Amino acid sequence: MAATKSEELISRSGLRYRKVRDRIIETLLLASALVAVFTTLAIVAILLIESAAFFEHVSLKEFLTDTMWTPLFADAHYGILPLVAGTLTTTMVALCVAVPVGTAIAIYLSEFASHRLRETVKPILELLGAVPTVVYGYFALMAVTPLLQKIFPELPGFNMLSAGLVIGLMIVPYVASVSEDAMRAVPRYMREGSYAMGATRLQTALRVVVPGAFSGLAAAFILGISRAVGETMVVAIAAGMQPNFTFDPTEQAATITAYIVQVSLGDLPHGSIGYQSIFAAGLVLMLITLFFNVIGFSLTRRFREAY
Amino acid sequence: MSSIPHGNVPAYLNPDSIRRGLSRRKTLDQVFVLVGLILMLACLGILAVLFLDLVIDGSQRFGWDFFTNFPSRRAERAGILGAWVGTSLIMLVTAFCAVPVGVAAAIYLEEYAPKNWFTAIIEINVTNLAGVPSIVYGLLALGLFVYQFGLGQSIAAAGLTLALLILPIVIVATRESIRAVPKSIREAAYGLGATRWEVTKDHVLPYSTGGILTGMILGLSRAIGETAPIITIGALSFIAFLPSSPFTSEFPFISFQWLNDPFTAMPIQMFNWVSRPDQAFQANAAAAGAILLAMTLLMNAVAIWIRYRFRKKINW
Repeated sequence: MAATKSEELISRSGLRYRKVRDRIIETLLLASALVAVFTTLAIVAILLIESAAFFEHVSLKEFLTDTMWTPLFADAHYGILPLVAGTLTTTMVALCVAVPVGTAIAIYLSEFASHRLRETVKPILELLGAVPTVVYGYFALMAVTPLLQKIFPELPGFNMLSAGLVIGLMIVPYVASVSEDAMRAVPRYMREGSYAMGATRLQTALRVVVPGAFSGLAAAFILGISRAVGETMVVAIAAGMQPNFTFDPTEQAATITAYIVQVSLGDLPHGSIGYQSIFAAGLVLMLITLFFNVIGFSLTRRFREAY
Repeated sequence: MSSIPHGNVPAYLNPDSIRRGLSRRKTLDQVFVLVGLILMLACLGILAVLFLDLVIDGSQRFGWDFFTNFPSRRAERAGILGAWVGTSLIMLVTAFCAVPVGVAAAIYLEEYAPKNWFTAIIEINVTNLAGVPSIVYGLLALGLFVYQFGLGQSIAAAGLTLALLILPIVIVATRESIRAVPKSIREAAYGLGATRWEVTKDHVLPYSTGGILTGMILGLSRAIGETAPIITIGALSFIAFLPSSPFTSEFPFISFQWLNDPFTAMPIQMFNWVSRPDQAFQANAAAAGAILLAMTLLMNAVAIWIRYRFRKKINW
């Protein structure tokens, strides 16, 4: 049996069969890899086509300069600025949490913690990023906002502050993990040189490792921004759904993502201006995150090559 | 540095000041250790508080009825039957689409792809897709699956959307585990005359099963909690019937009608309850959230455990 099997394998027709099978499989594998390319193309195409229909009704100037966003009202205004302002405000609040906490945790894990502690804590920390966002939304609305209202009694039930804080918490593991990768890419001899000069671990971390990993840290913050900008459920639940042109985090305001959710919850007919407006909003969102992602990824490539 | 004159020692070289500076620097070092530990514990503490908060708020809802009841106008009678059945079916579609395609794409990129601009484009695409906000996938699905392909607001549309969403996760995890297989194993197989596919199928894939499983579970745990994209498709939150059964009494005993049925899902149901002004529904939201969170944490724990087991078992 074994002999016939190997004979069959090395016979000329067997070899040809195996080679042909290899070609077919390679084509199938390539087709799978191309799914990623087609997805990107499809996203761009859908956003552009529907937005083009939107911009037939709305001038680009109105879209970019009007300070009111009321596409579903009788007195319709199509200014994206209030939504962008809401998005930027929640993102800024989130960064105020994620950058210091994420960096400090990364410094601690990379420079101070033992190997064992690091390997134990990292997966647990990553669980924070795995919590469903709708659960974080509940947490922001039902736990963080009441807590904040004890400190600021004026705070409305929906506000960007609590949503931003919770988004910040959500992206801490992400910022910490990319930062830690960057710091661990700094070669050992640089640390040893610093220790030899009598520096403590903290001095080495702050004056040698952090500057050495700077592009990686920048990448972590920028990729964190992109995550915060795209976050949807937390803001939709806790920050309110009224477009409001303000940068004050204690007010309620809709973000770009929250607007898309709000429209999707209703029953808008396919092809109406309201339907098209969510694609225009989505296009703006996509452009903002793409901008930050491109910078972030090029920076991470740089720190991986630097040493 | 200027040379130090004899007899006239500058203040910074005074032994006392050196000692003081040193102890100050060492104290700062210790303070930072404390800060780091506190921040880390705070983050982990928040995770625990979050879970306890949900369990306590939702405690009065846990019970058999909660799993077997449809949503209702009365909070205490509302349940998650439609939601968990919907979520399970969506996950089935997602896993069925994302895993084969993701693993195949990863195999192509690691084992077959030549190093050229074409491969670079695919790789950049995968990286970028991982950074696209989930709601944009929802818009893609709304335009493409729901209207262009005419799938409507169905389980199939939701499953495909989430499959695209987790594709980068599956690809990246599979690539990592394939890359960890040493070259010598491939070369030994090639040396015996195996073709590329035979090397991959018989040697590379068996060794990277752990990583692939981990990626698959992590991807599904992400998909199970995703709310935004399926809201965008137009999932209904009030569904008082189940999708049609996949098993039928007549030949061929299996039906795919459920793929076309409207659906609701766990996160959608929770979002619907959270956004109701009636406080009684917040308990339902908390209970649904606790179940959802427990499922995600469990899946992640399994993934970590598998990774740990395989790492321990394989010694190159």
